[in-house]
Amino acid sequence: MAQNTQGVEATKDPKQLRYETASQWQLMWWKFLDHKLAVISTAVVILLLLIAAFAEFVAPQDPYIHRSQFVNAPPQVIRFWDENGFSLRPFVHDYERERDMRTLRTIYTFDTDSRIYLRFFVEGTEYELFSLIPSSVRLFGTESGEPVFLFGADRLGRDLFSRVIYGTRISMTIGFIGVVLSFVLGITIGGLAGYYGGIIDTIVQRIIELLMSIPTIPLWMGLAAAVPRDWSNVQVYFAITIILSLIGWTNLARVVRSQFLSLREEDFVMAAQLMGASKFRVVFLHMLPSFISYVIAAVTLAIPTMILTETALSFLGLGLRPPTISWGVLLQEAQNIRSVALTPWLMIPGLFVVIAVLSLNFVGDGLRDAADPYTQ
Amino acid sequence: MLAYLLRRSVWMLVTIVLVSMLSFILIQLPPGDFLSTYIAQLSASGQQVDAAEVAALEARYGLDRPVYVQYAMWIRGIVTRGDFGQSFQWNRPVSDLIWERVWFTVILSGASFVFSWVVAIPIGIFSAVRKYSVGDYLFTFLGFIGLSTPNFLLALVLMWLLYINFGVSPGGLFSQEYIDAPWSLAKVWDMLQHLIVPVVVIGTAGTAGLIRTLRARLLDELNRPYVTTARAKGLSAWKLLIRYPVRLAILPFISTVGWVLPQLVSGGIIVAIVLNLPTVGPMLHRSLMSQDMYLAGSFILIISVLTVIGTLVSDLLLAWLDPRIRYE
Repeated sequence: MAQNTQGVEATKDPKQLRYETASQWQLMWWKFLDHKLAVISTAVVILLLLIAAFAEFVAPQDPYIHRSQFVNAPPQVIRFWDENGFSLRPFVHDYERERDMRTLRTIYTFDTDSRIYLRFFVEGTEYELFSLIPSSVRLFGTESGEPVFLFGADRLGRDLFSRVIYGTRISMTIGFIGVVLSFVLGITIGGLAGYYGGIIDTIVQRIIELLMSIPTIPLWMGLAAAVPRDWSNVQVYFAITIILSLIGWTNLARVVRSQFLSLREEDFVMAAQLMGASKFRVVFLHMLPSFISYVIAAVTLAIPTMILTETALSFLGLGLRPPTISWGVLLQEAQNIRSVALTPWLMIPGLFVVIAVLSLNFVGDGLRDAADPYTQ
Repeated sequence: MLAYLLRRSVWMLVTIVLVSMLSFILIQLPPGDFLSTYIAQLSASGQQVDAAEVAALEARYGLDRPVYVQYAMWIRGIVTRGDFGQSFQWNRPVSDLIWERVWFTVILSGASFVFSWVVAIPIGIFSAVRKYSVGDYLFTFLGFIGLSTPNFLLALVLMWLLYINFGVSPGGLFSQEYIDAPWSLAKVWDMLQHLIVPVVVIGTAGTAGLIRTLRARLLDELNRPYVTTARAKGLSAWKLLIRYPVRLAILPFISTVGWVLPQLVSGGIIVAIVLNLPTVGPMLHRSLMSQDMYLAGSFILIISVLTVIGTLVSDLLLAWLDPRIRYE
């Protein structure tokens, strides 16, 4: 008899068997891998996080250095060939300057006969990686040590590419840290409401509804405007992060609450309670693992909102302030139509916002689908 | 129905009271009170500070009294006299400054709302019926792009494209010659033309979410047995679609008004700043930047109250359309 059942097991398709014996997390992982867009987006997000971590190394120049001879210089295009033929080593054309005698603006053209060759791992100015390791090696740069402006330069002749790289650090971390704070608030408040129910639940529900029925941007603007002007950059950074999470927790709390409400009635929770488990133990050891996947998905979907809001606030001059560099702060330069018309490359930081938000949305979407046991 | 209406209205009043408290907290948040800022401003511009005027202002806003008394005085002023306080940047009562802008904001938000529905419903239906077609993928993609692009960036790009291609900058709500002109049909027509860009920009953000919702709901409905039955009985595809599944799928759609409206108003504020529209946005921004807090707080209060009322209206509409809601 025992041999017989073994025989049946053995004839089963090994793939099917693997599926049936896989753990919950393994199933979710497989399902996530099926969502191609989410996988690609995960790679993009990881790349952005790496850029944020190694900004000093990736950026070819110091983001604060002014170069008066490159004021409002247009982006240089990386080329492998030009009229003078093909080159395996990438290069850019040098600028040629002319002065418009009427407006006194410098007009840049490219000298198609010149070639400034690019190289990986060149020596640049000194920096300290993670404020610890002194180094002077940059990811890329020019052979001659001349500055290269892949995204052009701003009105002070600062390299926009390097500034966008540094901005990635601030903009991405503000999203992630803000979400962690929201998550703590959401899981505590939502958990309390869902676990105890009754009057606490009603109060929390009403507060959430209240916060959701008010247009958030004016509220955010009001709070951000109240941040004292004389605070240091670090203080402003944390103040803005806290403001973002103070309003952003509501959605997470709703997810946590509804999960708690449906799980509270489950048999395994009652079993744990009957066996004398403490409330803390029931919540964190029995209930939390069964809905953590939903919460992770909701958290991922909350990050892009944070990034968008930070960008909007900083763009309006109410969020982070220069010399702090974030995507929103960089976009401040593109605020009026005249500067945009003359130097359209100042809108490039916006492209990074779109890429970051889009890929985080796809990752969150993929996670949500993967966490839902009923989708196939 | 009457009980539901009553319950909802009471809850709305509570919300409005809480919102007003929140707005007042915002007014109080900046360090120092506004009067000292005002006096500093006056003396900085070399004007005489009249001690009697200061004393009058202090008494009027109860600045020497506790915060809750100040709040009560502010609310009493609003309810009894329509007095929202004094704007120190403009040196005029707040109520003189805001109403016209509030009206334009209502018009703009309303138009964006209608736009997002008019666009979202046909696209949502198309995406559900032609699931996984090229069009579906295209709209899904566009929807995600719309969702991930900050409103103000979209406004900037549109403005830039119009500027370099046609040499016009589509800022403002009126052409030069109509700004101070009295209302006429020509002026309304001029305004409608200027509304197109902001409405498209503000509307697209909400549209993406609405399309996703409608598509998902409709896909659920299309698999129901009653659809098969109706089809088996020979109902034409179009008639069937519009008569049954779409009607059902649109119901939860209406309940999304509650979160779309605050979103639209929020988005509208930033877009208005970029496009320099005569709505609440730019003035709120300026007042916040100069910490003209009575003006800013009043704007936040009015905008929030209008949004709450709008949400209530949509909830009542839903209850009227869908009898099941009332028994919740």
